Amino acid sequence: MANTSESSGAGQVMPTAVGQVSATLSAPGGGGAGGRRNDLGFSGAKPGRHSQDKIFHAAAVGCGALILVALGAVVLFLLLRAWPIFAGPQAKTSAVFASLSGGKAHGFWQYVGPLVFGTVVIAALALAIAFFVAVGVALFITFYARKSVRTVLNYVVDLLAAIPSVIYGLWGALVLVPAMYPFWNWVSVHLGWIPLFAGPAANPPRTVASAAVILAIMIMPIITSMTRDIFAATPQLNQEAALALGATKWEMIKLTALPFAKSGMVSASMLALGRALGETMAVMMVLSPGMTYSWHWLQASKSQTIAANIAAQYPEADSLGVSALIATGLVLFVITFVVNLLARRITRKGGTR
Amino acid sequence: MHSTTCKRLIAVVSSFAMMAALSACGDNTPADTTGATTGKNSGISGEFHGAGASSQQGAVEAWIATYQSKNRNAKIAYNPSGSGAGVSTFLTGATAWAGTDAPLNDQQIEQSKAICKSGTAFDVPVYVSPIAVMFNLKGVSGQGKHLNMDAAVIARIFDGKITEWNDEAIKSENPKVNLPATPITVVHRSDKSGTTNNFTSYLKAAAPNDWSYEPQENWPNEVGQAAKGTDGVVSSIGQADGTIGYADLAKAGNFGTASVKVGADYVAPAADAAAKTVNASPLRPMPKGSKRVVVNVDYATSVAGDYPIVSSSYAVACPAYKDAKTGAFVRDWLGYVLSDGGQKVASDNTGSAALGGALTQKALKSVNTIQAK
Repeated sequence: MANTSESSGAGQVMPTAVGQVSATLSAPGGGGAGGRRNDLGFSGAKPGRHSQDKIFHAAAVGCGALILVALGAVVLFLLLRAWPIFAGPQAKTSAVFASLSGGKAHGFWQYVGPLVFGTVVIAALALAIAFFVAVGVALFITFYARKSVRTVLNYVVDLLAAIPSVIYGLWGALVLVPAMYPFWNWVSVHLGWIPLFAGPAANPPRTVASAAVILAIMIMPIITSMTRDIFAATPQLNQEAALALGATKWEMIKLTALPFAKSGMVSASMLALGRALGETMAVMMVLSPGMTYSWHWLQASKSQTIAANIAAQYPEADSLGVSALIATGLVLFVITFVVNLLARRITRKGGTR
Repeated sequence: MHSTTCKRLIAVVSSFAMMAALSACGDNTPADTTGATTGKNSGISGEFHGAGASSQQGAVEAWIATYQSKNRNAKIAYNPSGSGAGVSTFLTGATAWAGTDAPLNDQQIEQSKAICKSGTAFDVPVYVSPIAVMFNLKGVSGQGKHLNMDAAVIARIFDGKITEWNDEAIKSENPKVNLPATPITVVHRSDKSGTTNNFTSYLKAAAPNDWSYEPQENWPNEVGQAAKGTDGVVSSIGQADGTIGYADLAKAGNFGTASVKVGADYVAPAADAAAKTVNASPLRPMPKGSKRVVVNVDYATSVAGDYPIVSSSYAVACPAYKDAKTGAFVRDWLGYVLSDGGQKVASDNTGSAALGGALTQKALKSVNTIQAK
């Protein structure tokens, strides 16, 4: 059954709805399927069914609306609570930023700039580390692993994805960070001529590089489990066709699985990037914070992320300080929003290709 | 199927165990000894709240435990929300007293008129503890081990001027120690902290030529690494070879500590040496408010046996409360806190320095003027 529906979708990129075997023969674009769907589940309608349908309809609409209400409430909250720091008298707000940053910043943009920089750099670095490993793991699970190994790996990946971030943070801060020093030291000695790895490597390495590694370990299972499912849905016929044309296994993956999964891989990465951008506890526990625009990833006290900064400063902040922190939260919200928007753009382009 | 039954069984058993543990938690009222203590009961009753400096937390908790065992009807709670937050809460009238690492400023004295029945709030020192310069250096550090350092060397290390452990400046003060060529990693606080304020005050006072920054709660330079809270600093020091930082002596654990040069000798950090410094320090003249006892810690002391890096923490109270019952409580409570017994309880529990002598007499004099009727 599954085999027929997959093979029928061979001409298309996305697998289409089950039950349209005949439609695909005449309509390669898949346009004929729409009209058929309505009469799928409603053949034996009884009078009672209609009221049930209405209730379900209302519930579904309510749930959908609730999402919008929640989002609106969050935006409203951020704007209202952040407002005093933008509207307040210049002298007062600049004193707030000076006290939050230890005298290094006096205005909002001066304060939030390095934080944005740190947030984006650490999250992007984490994604760069995690992406290739995660896709490798997913390819191994789907195409190379024996069934017994595959089952175990699937289980482990799902388990990793479910571990709370504070556990990763504790493990990272107490075990991984001190253990990584020899490696970072080696990197700074041998690759120190690249400015990114300029030494001396901080010891203990509570640095951007270490924080990115921990975040990468955290987001890897997310990318793996999503891309794994997409690879598994690669049309069997395409794979067989590639092999029949004399392709090796790697060429088969390159020709069929990777193009098929492209947009899915992008959206998985963006979801993971979203988590990395907002990650708080792990970063706070691992990173030695600083407020600069430095690219020296192996040196301590260079960067800080928005989320970790809010968590670290909140307990000691007064009312105007809190609204300054919430304003930085608003900036994080905008960044995440933009990332999602971009992901959507890219996915849509990939889908209609 | 079998495994799910097994899991359910485990779940049921563990939830019972948790319930048992929780109910045990709720049942910790001490054994009843009313017969023995009725004579001593001072008639203080009711619920009282304080808030403020987290540095005092351990001591205040010990005081509460012993105080409540003598005054069965008093229920006291302390919220370690931080000095600034604690004083703000006190100035709204929500708490009976506040704990703070920094003395009140003029504006706060002015604001206190609104919540005190008469007069303005005052502060008295209740908790003093030594701050240790602690380090982790393979082959050199260890529990109870010290390196000799004068203020100039400490200032230059924490300002990034001395970067290796076998620097001539450190070697010349420790001729008998075999110092390795390990790089020095400075660890300081990333958050605002009274400890940072005290430590930078010491550096500024004792080594003005090598420390150019003003005393402040935020760490002033970009040297080394930053960590959140005392525990963050201590755990960072423990993670690498060659680290050095500053924190409450009670947290020194297995690290080595610096014996600081005072006069001609080196003094190891100790509670009684810190108390000696504070007790001998002059009072700060306070232009605003009355009854205030604020110590101008003599960080640059040269008296033999004084340990100069100390943190002093204060209690804030009103001379008269709108609610007489609260006034009676605060007078009795702070009287107990400043008594020899109270200071000993704090010292036994947190390793703080027991105050005494003329300074405590002055503080008690202020406390005893609180109106209880």
